[in-house]
Amino acid sequence: MRLGMNIVVLVKQVPDTWAERSLKSSDNTLDRESVDAVINEVDEQAIEAGLRLIEAHGGEVTVLSMGPDRASESIRKALSMGATKGFLISDAALHGACVMQTATVIAKALSTMEWDIVLTGGESTDARLAVLPALLAEATGAAQLTQARKVTVEGSTVSVERVNEAGYSVIQASTPAIISVLEGTNEARYPSFKGIMAAKKKPLQTVNLGDLGIAADEVGLAHATTAVTSFENRPPRQAGAAVKDEGDGGVKIADYLASRKLL
Amino acid sequence: MPGRNLAALIDIDRLLSDEERAIRDTVADFLSDHVRPNIADWYENAVSPKELAPELGKLGLLGMHLEGYGCAGTSAVAYGLACQELEAVDSGLRSFVSVQGSLSMFSIHHYGSEEQKQEWLPQLAAGDAIGAFGLTEADHGSDPAGMSTRAARDGSDWVLNGSKMWITNGSVADVVTVWARTEAGITGFLVPKGTPGFTARDVPRKLSLRASTTSELAFDNVRLPASAQLPEARGLRAPLGCLSEARFGIIFGAMGAARDSLLATLDYADTRVQFDRPIAGFQLTQEKFADMTLEVVKGMLLALHLGRIKDAGELRPEQVSLGKLNNVREAIKIARTCRTILGGAGITLDYSPMRHANNLESVLTYEGTSEVHTLVIGQALTGLSAYR
Repeated sequence: MRLGMNIVVLVKQVPDTWAERSLKSSDNTLDRESVDAVINEVDEQAIEAGLRLIEAHGGEVTVLSMGPDRASESIRKALSMGATKGFLISDAALHGACVMQTATVIAKALSTMEWDIVLTGGESTDARLAVLPALLAEATGAAQLTQARKVTVEGSTVSVERVNEAGYSVIQASTPAIISVLEGTNEARYPSFKGIMAAKKKPLQTVNLGDLGIAADEVGLAHATTAVTSFENRPPRQAGAAVKDEGDGGVKIADYLASRKLL
Repeated sequence: MPGRNLAALIDIDRLLSDEERAIRDTVADFLSDHVRPNIADWYENAVSPKELAPELGKLGLLGMHLEGYGCAGTSAVAYGLACQELEAVDSGLRSFVSVQGSLSMFSIHHYGSEEQKQEWLPQLAAGDAIGAFGLTEADHGSDPAGMSTRAARDGSDWVLNGSKMWITNGSVADVVTVWARTEAGITGFLVPKGTPGFTARDVPRKLSLRASTTSELAFDNVRLPASAQLPEARGLRAPLGCLSEARFGIIFGAMGAARDSLLATLDYADTRVQFDRPIAGFQLTQEKFADMTLEVVKGMLLALHLGRIKDAGELRPEQVSLGKLNNVREAIKIARTCRTILGGAGITLDYSPMRHANNLESVLTYEGTSEVHTLVIGQALTGLSAYR
């Protein structure tokens, strides 16, 4: 008999989506210092999905993040929401890592744990690549269930509702599976005060590249498969166009939207 | 950006633990998602959001600084920070939480029997029940010792007669802690909603704390069993102990209202153009902003200082008076000054400062008037009581 599920939720710490974000001119990487850091919003919904699964079936939720030491704040928040334990991969050599490297490192970390399901958000609000779940499925050999809006488990079968242009399809797979969830899957809970106080005592393991057996000179900005070659600041916002309604306001707005290819 | 600039200038976060920050941020997140978008409407339409109670209970906000019986058991500083976020949205909301946690629940937690605690505290903590606290009467505000509500023995029962005024949550409460004069002195009772002879009606036409219920309670030969008495409460010292708890939250709360007024106004002054430039660039406006920021920093530091003393278990009532007098007095000045910068726009509910100022008119008076707190400090300094 199974004693609940081992679920790993991948959480990324990102700059506050609502703040003015920028890149550093020194190496074209994200400027993390000048803005507040938060959990990538849709990852919170992955945490919620994981917590609901263990509430229904028993088991543990491990929160895994790769990032600077400060990413432990995001793990701690997930622990205060109810996750069981945390796992942080932090190494200065990972600065500027591309998504291929990220997938390799996280897959290596996953190989050190026992897990049935990996849950994560569909994309991060900073890089917005949305390919990590697929790369991880490839690297681990687990089933790939992406773009999910609903996750259910029965025995060792996982079902998700995958959103598509027509509506949704139901996709099933056996565990182990990598699942990415979309915005609107469920409303993430707020940490309770008891949860916040309990989170301090929950285990949070921090590892570096050496611990995972990965050579520092294979990763990081210098070895990334993608590079930001240049960037420009967003141009100042232009004054909006006023449409005067002379009985044909609706038509004018429709024409405008069509001219912007929005209709 | 004003929010980040103000926070960087004040930089009070470095004085807080991770846990204190996490609790504060959770309250702020919840409120900005579920309360802030509606608060101006609730204020205008005099809606007391009691349906929020179960949500607040789920967070652990209700009676958060009490131990056991479903309460979260946080520090006093964490409780103060939560009050600061609540009052940054609206003093009425903070009043709801203060009365539930520091007056109703605290009175049961400290003076109740084990049976009373078991019966009421878990449901009050969860927000499934609402509590109120009846001490003030129409003719007895600053001098509660003169109260005319009375309870007399009839066999083993008590019979309660009298009325209470300005009771927050009064008509919506499932249980009210009522203080009455008996032969043995001031005594506390738990009166559940629906007890024959107990009626409540709301105070109409309020211009302040409109998003909060304020009621008058009447007790007409209300018969209570012996088990309704709070066994550990002896004399006026008991209700005054509860008030000291609630006042403590106000010391933090008032600075929340001040901070929110300041932020709303900084935002406005940045975009409002007169004489071809933003009014934020004028020296008179900047002087107002600088003076207000000084008082916010000082008020927050005072609140935190008193919070640390409270967590050490050594906070004295006259120190609570010090904090309440200063922080409410400065907060209402700040809210009013912000209104001057907002100009005509500032008299509408589109901007928070005048709503805060109106609310703070009540806060200035309830939980000990500024005058009484002044005299408490005078007495602490001189050893002479000017009012008794």
